Formats: sequence, structure tokens, C-alpha cells
Amino acid sequence: MSDKARLADLLTEKAGLVSAIVSRVKTMEEAYAYTLDVCDKKEACQLLPSGCESDLSSDAGALCDAKLGKIIAAPGLPAESAKALGDACAAKGVTFITSGMRKHLAGVDIGFTMAQAAIAETGTCVIDSRSEELRLATMICEVHVCVVPLSVIRETSFEVEGLLRELCKDAPGYVAFVTGASRTADIERVLAIGVHGPLELHILLLED
Amino acid sequence: MQNARDLKEYRGELSGALGNEFLRTAMDNFAVAYRASRAKAFAGMDVAGLVREIAQAKDQAMAHMDELFEEFKKNAERMGITVHLAKTGQEANEIIGRIAEKANVKRVVKSKSMTAEETLLNHHLEDLGLEVTETDLGEWIIQLRHEGPTHMVMPAIHLSRNQVADLFSEVTGAKQDNDIQKLVKVARRELRAKYVQAEMGISGGNFAIAETGTIALCTNEGNARLVTTLPRVHVALVGLDKLTPKLTDALRVIKALPRNATGQAITSYVTWITGPGECQASPDGKKEMHVVFLDNGRRALAKDPVFSQVLRCVRCGACANVCPVYRLVGGHQYGHIYIGAIGLILTYFYHGREKAKNLVQNCINCGACKAVCVGGIDLPRLIKEVHARIQDEEGHPMQSQLLGMVLKSRKMFHALLRSARAVQKPVTGGTPYLRHLPMIFARGQEFRALPAIAEKPFRDQFDAIKPRVATPKLRVALFSGCVQDFVYPEQAVAAVKILASHNVAVDFPMDQSCCGLPVQMMGEREASRSVAAQNVTAFDPAAYDYILTLCASCASHLKHGYPNILGKDPKLAVKVQQFADRVIDFSSFVHDVLKVKSAEFRADGKKATYHAPCHLCRGLGVTEAPRELINIGGLTYLPAEEEDVCCGFGGTYSMKFPELSAELLKKKLANAEKTGAEVLLTDCPGCIMQLRGGLEAKGSRMQVRHVAEVLAERLK
Repeated sequence: MSDKARLADLLTEKAGLVSAIVSRVKTMEEAYAYTLDVCDKKEACQLLPSGCESDLSSDAGALCDAKLGKIIAAPGLPAESAKALGDACAAKGVTFITSGMRKHLAGVDIGFTMAQAAIAETGTCVIDSRSEELRLATMICEVHVCVVPLSVIRETSFEVEGLLRELCKDAPGYVAFVTGASRTADIERVLAIGVHGPLELHILLLED
Repeated sequence: MQNARDLKEYRGELSGALGNEFLRTAMDNFAVAYRASRAKAFAGMDVAGLVREIAQAKDQAMAHMDELFEEFKKNAERMGITVHLAKTGQEANEIIGRIAEKANVKRVVKSKSMTAEETLLNHHLEDLGLEVTETDLGEWIIQLRHEGPTHMVMPAIHLSRNQVADLFSEVTGAKQDNDIQKLVKVARRELRAKYVQAEMGISGGNFAIAETGTIALCTNEGNARLVTTLPRVHVALVGLDKLTPKLTDALRVIKALPRNATGQAITSYVTWITGPGECQASPDGKKEMHVVFLDNGRRALAKDPVFSQVLRCVRCGACANVCPVYRLVGGHQYGHIYIGAIGLILTYFYHGREKAKNLVQNCINCGACKAVCVGGIDLPRLIKEVHARIQDEEGHPMQSQLLGMVLKSRKMFHALLRSARAVQKPVTGGTPYLRHLPMIFARGQEFRALPAIAEKPFRDQFDAIKPRVATPKLRVALFSGCVQDFVYPEQAVAAVKILASHNVAVDFPMDQSCCGLPVQMMGEREASRSVAAQNVTAFDPAAYDYILTLCASCASHLKHGYPNILGKDPKLAVKVQQFADRVIDFSSFVHDVLKVKSAEFRADGKKATYHAPCHLCRGLGVTEAPRELINIGGLTYLPAEEEDVCCGFGGTYSMKFPELSAELLKKKLANAEKTGAEVLLTDCPGCIMQLRGGLEAKGSRMQVRHVAEVLAERLK
């Protein structure tokens, strides 16, 4: 087995252990189709157990009411990719945004990102998050879809140290290691997903 | 939080915690589950090697704390971060208060920071009229309840879903049911609104990386990401101990921290923040970012020859996770703000003697914390050191002073034991137990029968049983320890029988006395040192191949404690090292050195289970030898659950905290009895005293024996 294939398998296994959903895609078009499919199958805010069905205080309740329709947010995509995903969204009647995340703090359905690196042994996506829009997209979405080109997968965290240093040097930086969905075990040590951030993480391994 | 004025009040609080059934069950489940998930997370890794590397790197960093601070400051300022250094907690709070005031902040969201707990930051900010909201779920829950954390990683582990549901019903003004998944989502929505409103986000920092000026944060919930992104001001409050030279250092610790904390390979999020980036909530589109470093004694600690290693702590909470006492009483009773073994030490330095003085006595010295610490901190030793310092500062209690005085003179100590034997008849009623103890000695001791002093101490029997060996294979000096000398001499007699059968010459230096662990445990440093010196002098280590002891606690104290206690004494340094190098426990000697074979024993297949003494399995790292000896000796070994958890003896601990000792014993005996074994074997006369006493008190038929005894009686 080639090293690339071995690392992809290792990443798939380790990410799976933290309930990330890992799939393979051959092209970005496949990634867009996958994302729209996930968006299509999921219901907007109300049916995902994101809290709106519960009685809330008026402040929090108002935030829930602010959310309308389905939204895919993909800030930071290259213009060409953004256009392609945007067109695909339009065809399905899904709102596509690349900015203005602060207007959607009640939540968006999907945040779509590209990883700069991945760590196979822990199933981790490494995402340059210095753009506030991109960062917020990965925090307030209910489902985070992250595309990981096979060529950027490394085995250990030490092998992404060089990249990390580059991203932390010279200009203000914000780098995220993302492994699985947002989780907590703070009540009776029972695992619960989506306490603040995404309820699901989908990793799309892209052949390149 | 520690508010008890004296030990008596503290004991009262402990009893209260013991009565909390929810807490007890939650803690038991956690202790057992944690052990399994930690083992799984570290499977296949060189854990000892990783711990060594972390300890070395941390020690090196702490030795250069001031330089690292300057380097961090230079790099951070270049990025536009304002760096502050606060000498005290109050100063840190005031700095943050001023930042808030200047930036016209009204509402603050916080992600978890033990350092902010240390400085009681929330109280300060609230007094300034700010609204502060904790966003870590557990922290939010305890904030709403106006209490402190009971665990460094899971702050609300002491609460039930029902308590949380009631609390959330109050907060939302609507009835919430007790479904945990739903409760978590309620928090998601309620807190989302808080992030949106806040002008300032306060985080802690797992790492402050000097080479880049980066603050790194590990979280599972992702709240730190929102806290550091949405509000226009970000303040990170970080202890100076989090300074580290390189990104590599952080990546290395991250390999261990989540695994040790919760059995995760990595936390869901690791966030690396370098400087104030864009922020649309800010009028100029740019975040305002501050890093406030807290000293509060850390710079002095870094220079302390004994205590500098506490700065290696990565705040994983594992020392609490494995602590048998924490498991019984929970974090409110086992810490002030910092919890678990590290908390016992840090409380003294960060919050003072008054908060630490009772707490620090509540360590049973089982070493479970030291064995899991990813910084390799010698926690039990440092806890004893704090205890000793407090006694030196505040005065020694009469009891421990007396014990120290008695132990310092072997002759007086042994004379006392002999006269106790002479007059004990009325209390033993002719049995091997003290049946009718005067009340003053019996407080809380009903859970176990205490043994009588033996008819004839081992030292008086030795001459008659000393092996006459013409050409010995090995020369061994026996260290009996007080309990085997005066209470259970038959155990040492059994050992001599086995040694003789292997052509081993045995000496028993008559000037040996108590190993000194009891006075060390009670914080009587001077007595401890004096007794250690007497013992090293009593033995002439160079004349022997091994110094053998059948007591796990003595063995571990002689081997690891003595060099610490006497190693700096120029008159004894060489001898004490020679002494320590020769010390070996019974099972290792018989199994690894003598290599006894099953053919030497009459097998009867008697069902036996095992209790692993703390000071053998962790103190000396001996785990396989005794268990294999059971089978070699012709018995059938039946493993019990939690064999390596403390039996609750802890020497003087069981007199000071009898209720806790009794609970630990109860669990231990239940696990042993569940195996269906007829006999419970172990390697330490102290444990035997506890286990046998407990079984006698509950009228059980299970026997308790030293491994040496069952081997000797089966010897062909």
C-alpha cells in the first residue's frame, strides 16, 4: 500500500473513532454534490436537536426565531470553487453565503471548508482560520464539511509543525485543529455532541 | 473550597460527603471507567518515555521562565498583543478590570481557565458591575450554582442530571426535563445568545509559546473558539508556568494531556491564536488582544529546589481521577480551587496555609497520582513536604511530636512495645486482637480489629532460627520493620525458612528500628531523618548482597525515601546510596533472584486472591513476581477487581481518617470476597493488619496471609 493510501486509511479509522463521517471524493464537484445531499437530507434548525424545540429564555428563543431556510456558508473558497458551489446551491434552493456570518449567529446548516493539512493518527483537520468569516462558519454551522486533499495528510502532529509555524508567524494567525464534532461530558460524564459548535463533522478525502 | 477551621470540622465535611450517595456512585463509576479509557488511549505508546520528555522540557522551560516571558512579550507585541505581568491574583484581576473599563465593556463571556478560578476573577469583575458568563458547560453550571469546581476537567462531576434540570428550569423560566442531550442543547442556545452580546472574551491558555507569541487552547466544546472570536476584546489569563519555548513543546504535551485527562487522543479543538486578527465587531475591524501573565508565586517556585517540579503540571486532572480519597469525597473536600494531589500542594502556595493545613493531611500516600502524572511530579513526597512545612510554621501537634520523640530512640520505642505486650492481657482477652481498647484509642476504629503485640518479637527469635550456612550463595540482611518484628514475627520467620532452603546467609542487625515512614507521614522531618540515619548505620550495606524486607512500605521508603532524606548529608551520602541499591522486596527476591520452582512446593491448589500493596506495585514497580509466586507455590491465583487500589491502611492515616480508611477497606474486601478465594495474599504487614482486622470485624472466614507464609508452609 502506498504511504498516501495508508495515511488516508489511518485518518479514516481515527476520525471514525470520534464519530466524524469520512468519505472519498474524486473531484470538488463530487464534494459539492455530497454537501448538498447532506443539506437536503437534514432539516433546518428545528428538527436537529439544537435546542429550539425546548422552552428557552426570551433572548435565546429570539435567536432561534431568527433562522430561516437552509444556508450553506463557505467563506474563504477560491472564487471559482465558490461559484461552482454557489450555483449548485441555487439549483437546490439553498442560500449560499461567503460572508456576513455575524448576521447568522443563530446558526447555519452547513459550513464548508478546505483543510491545509490533516493529522492521520488523531483524525484531525488543520484549518487556517485567520479569516473571521471562515472561522465563524466552522463554529456556528450545524454540520461542518471539511475537504482534505490526500496530499496534505501527515501521520503525526509533529509533521505539521512547520506549517503551523508558518501560520503563526509574522501576521496575526488563528489555526484550528478540528477533531470530530463539538462535544461535552460535563453532565454525569455522558457524551453529548454539539454543545457549542457543529453537531456533525464530515471529512471528504479528495484525490489529488 | 476549604472553609473548615480545624481538622475536626474538616472531618465533619468529609463525613457529609461520604453520605452523598449520588456522588459516591458517580465517582466509583468514573474511577473504573477512567482507568480503562486511559489505558486504551495510551496503548502501544512509550508512556514513560513521553513523561520523561515532558518533564525534562518543562523543567528546562521553567528554569528560563523570565527569558521566555521576554521572548513571548517581544513576539506577541510585534503582532499587536498587549502583554501584562501580574505579581498577584488581585493585580491580575485589576488589570483585566481596567482593560474592560477602558474598552467600555459591559458583558463578558469566559472559556474555562483554572488560573481565573485561582484569582477569583469573576467575583472581581462582577463587583465592577460587569455581567460575566462562563461558557464551558460545567463551569456555567457551577457558576449558576455559585460554587467552585470539583474537578479540573469536569467541574460539575458532582451534580446529577436532575440537579442540572432544576437549575436550567430556573434559568430559562421554563420547565426542563432531565434528558442530558436536551439539557446540553438548552445550554447551546442560552449561551449562544451570551456570545452575541458580549464585548469581551476571557480565555485561559494551555500554552504560551515564546517563539511565536502564540496562545494555544485545548477544548472539547469549542467554546473557547467562540469566546476568542465573537467579542471585540480578547484577554487570555495565563500562569507563567504555561510559557514554553517552541511549538514542539506544546505538540508533545498535547500527545499526553487529553489522553491522561479523559482518554481522548486529542481534544475536539486545539486553537492556536497568534495576535489580534480581524474582528467585525470592532469599529476598526481589528480585535483588541491582551495576554495577562500571572506570577502569584510561580517565579519563586521555579527557583525552589524541591517544589519547582509542580510547575510541570498540565492541569489534566488525572491525579484526582485515580486518587482513592478523591473518589470517596469529591473535589469540594479534596481541594480548595486546584483539586486532587496537585491541588493539595498548590493550595499552600497559591491560597495559603489556612486553606491547605487540613487538606494536606488527607493524602493516604498510595502513590496512584504519581504513577499517572504526565509531568512525572513526585506528588506524594511534595504533599508530605508541604505538611511538614506547615507544621514547622504553625507548631507540631502533640501526638506527632511524641511519636517523633519515641521513634528517635530505638531503645525507648522497643521498650514501650515490650511493656505494652506485658500489660495487654486485659484488652486482648487472650485473643490475637485488642478486644477492649480504651475509648481514647478506639475512636472510629470499629471497622477493624487491631492486632495484639506478639508474645515474642522477631528479634528475640532470630538467633534460634538463623540459618547456619557454611558457604552461602548470597548474603542477606533482613529489615523486619516494626510490624513484623513486634506484631507478625511469623512472617519473617517464614521468609528465613525459604532463604535457608536456598543456601542464603541471613543477618538481622539488632540496631535497626522503625523505617521512619510513620513520622515522615506525620510531617516530623527531624525524627524521620534521625531514624533513617540510625538504620543506615545499623546495616553495613557493603557487607551484604541484598537488604531484604517483607514490608512493601518499608521497602519503598528505604529504597526511594532514604536517598531523598539523607542524600545531601555528606557523612551518609555514599552509605545511603549503597543501602538503597541493595533493598529488595520479598517477592522479587524469591522470584527473580532465588528463582524458586514449583517442584519445591507441595501444591494443593487452594484458591487465593491478591492485594497489591501500593508501595510494592507503584512504589517499587513490582507487579508480576508475587502473582506468579502464588501459582508456583501451588495455590490457584484468582484475580480480584481493583487489586492495585489502596486497602485504606496508610499507617497513621487510618487513625486520623478512620471513616475514609473504613470505606476503602470495605471496597477492597468486597472485591476480594467476590473472587471466591479462601485466602487473601499480600506482601505488606501493614496491609495485612488492615485486611485481617477488617475481615475479623465483619466475621468473615477468609484468611489473610503474607505470600512468604503460604510459600514456607508448602515448602517440601
